[in-house]
Amino acid sequence: MRVEDGRPWERPVPHGEGEYGTFFEGCAQGKLLVQDCPSCGKRQFYPRALCISCGLTPDWLEASGKGTVHTFTVVRQMRLEPFAGERPYVVAVIDLDEGVRMLGTLTGIDPDDVVIGLPVEAYARIYEEGRAIPYWRPVDQSS
Amino acid sequence: MWHRGRLMAEPRRRAVIAGIGLSDYPIAPHLTATQHHVQAMQRALEDCGLPKEEIDGYCCAGSGSWGILDSAPFMAEYLGIDYRFLDGTFTGGSSYEHHLQHACAAIGAGLCDTVLITYGSDQLSKSGTAIDLGASARVEGALQVEAPYGLPLAGAYAMAARRHMHEYGTTSEQLAAIAVGVREFAAMNPYARYRNPISVEDVLSSRLVADPLHLLDCCVVTDGGGALVVTTEERARDLRHAGVHILATAGAQTHWIISQMPDYTDTAARGCATEMFRQTGLKRSDIDVLQLYDSFTITVLLLLEGLGFCDRGEGGPFVAEGHTAPGGSLPLNTDGGGLSSSHPGMRGIFLAIEAVRQLRGDAGVAQVPNAATALIAGSGGYLSGIATAILARPEVIG
Repeated sequence: MRVEDGRPWERPVPHGEGEYGTFFEGCAQGKLLVQDCPSCGKRQFYPRALCISCGLTPDWLEASGKGTVHTFTVVRQMRLEPFAGERPYVVAVIDLDEGVRMLGTLTGIDPDDVVIGLPVEAYARIYEEGRAIPYWRPVDQSS
Repeated sequence: MWHRGRLMAEPRRRAVIAGIGLSDYPIAPHLTATQHHVQAMQRALEDCGLPKEEIDGYCCAGSGSWGILDSAPFMAEYLGIDYRFLDGTFTGGSSYEHHLQHACAAIGAGLCDTVLITYGSDQLSKSGTAIDLGASARVEGALQVEAPYGLPLAGAYAMAARRHMHEYGTTSEQLAAIAVGVREFAAMNPYARYRNPISVEDVLSSRLVADPLHLLDCCVVTDGGGALVVTTEERARDLRHAGVHILATAGAQTHWIISQMPDYTDTAARGCATEMFRQTGLKRSDIDVLQLYDSFTITVLLLLEGLGFCDRGEGGPFVAEGHTAPGGSLPLNTDGGGLSSSHPGMRGIFLAIEAVRQLRGDAGVAQVPNAATALIAGSGGYLSGIATAILARPEVIG
């Protein structure tokens, strides 16, 4: 996925301990990493030290970055900056093609045009050296 | 002995709610959070006439905002409780229904005889009505995959409402009917934060907070606190009120953070209700009054469906028909709830207190005639941790 520099970063900062760090480092390298269990096949996100299904150690799987909007909201009341200045903005739960879900901000679309089922793709925004988080935008129809 | 197929503790160790107390609300700048715990406790002890030194069990979830500083051991020390049983279960708003379950189990097992449960919060006076996390926070744990996106608390619930509308055609008007009905009960509560009647149109024209939830779909922000005294049925016979029985309890979570919710149109309430109705042998139609967590209108709708008072997807038409409003078959949140009366951050204890008030016949203008059985359902986190109880007057036991 495409990687942008989001600094200076004024939003909450993920601490990135343990498996979280692996995920955010992957994002900075353009890779959207989810977990896939070699023992039971369970796929999961957010990343953890164990498979939540069988308890063993999962592998990492590089996801395609593609998904659809499962549900969303348009935030219109928010006092905290920089979010306040970005209203109205869209936060969505995305169904990744790989079968897991992620929460993320959806950009590049008028909030009134967002619908459940909208095809979207991830891009990464760097928040500190070597680490980024995924954002989402509608799939580019021309690509 | 067996009651409707379920083994209960011996009669002399059955747990009842013997005392209830509320601290000053909805706006109490004269009280710190700790003073809310104290005032509620003093009023609960006065309510039942139990000497403080008899308390040998304690449950406390803190305020959810102080970290460990007002957690169970800190508060046990402050209040001077010599406990043999301690519970610090924290699941947000549903903590207090877990506390009831644990108090029943502890008393039934003979770990202690009398459990005090307290809650107190000065959220409004201390922090105002903005309740979201600070933007410069460095976030550890699971919330770090959500916090950077600036989703307000209402936004999590809004996403559940959006999905319910998508799957079942639920409308904003139907959600608004919940707020309208609860406001009608608030008009009967002299302490409620907002008491003036509202219409569905008023809800829809209140400003959007996070689509599709409007301001009046969201709970109020207040100060407040509460306390419960839970003891044996035998002990309660010598106290000021006949004890209200705790017939069944259940608690479960389907997720904790919102992006992990497996089904945005359903919650752990479903399993909790199945368990409680199986335990007691009661039917939904045996329930006379409901106290359901109403952080948002969608919370109530999901609980009504999950608890089985209507079918999945039918919650909208159900509330629009007025079943949960005053005079309906399932009066809901007879104190004005979190939507209109009081919500200091976690209001699960108020569900039990109002249910007891109804079952004692002490609810005044808001009294549900002949209320004998109540169901309370707390929700904590992000529609995450649900804990429930069925309470009843002694004659329901038979």
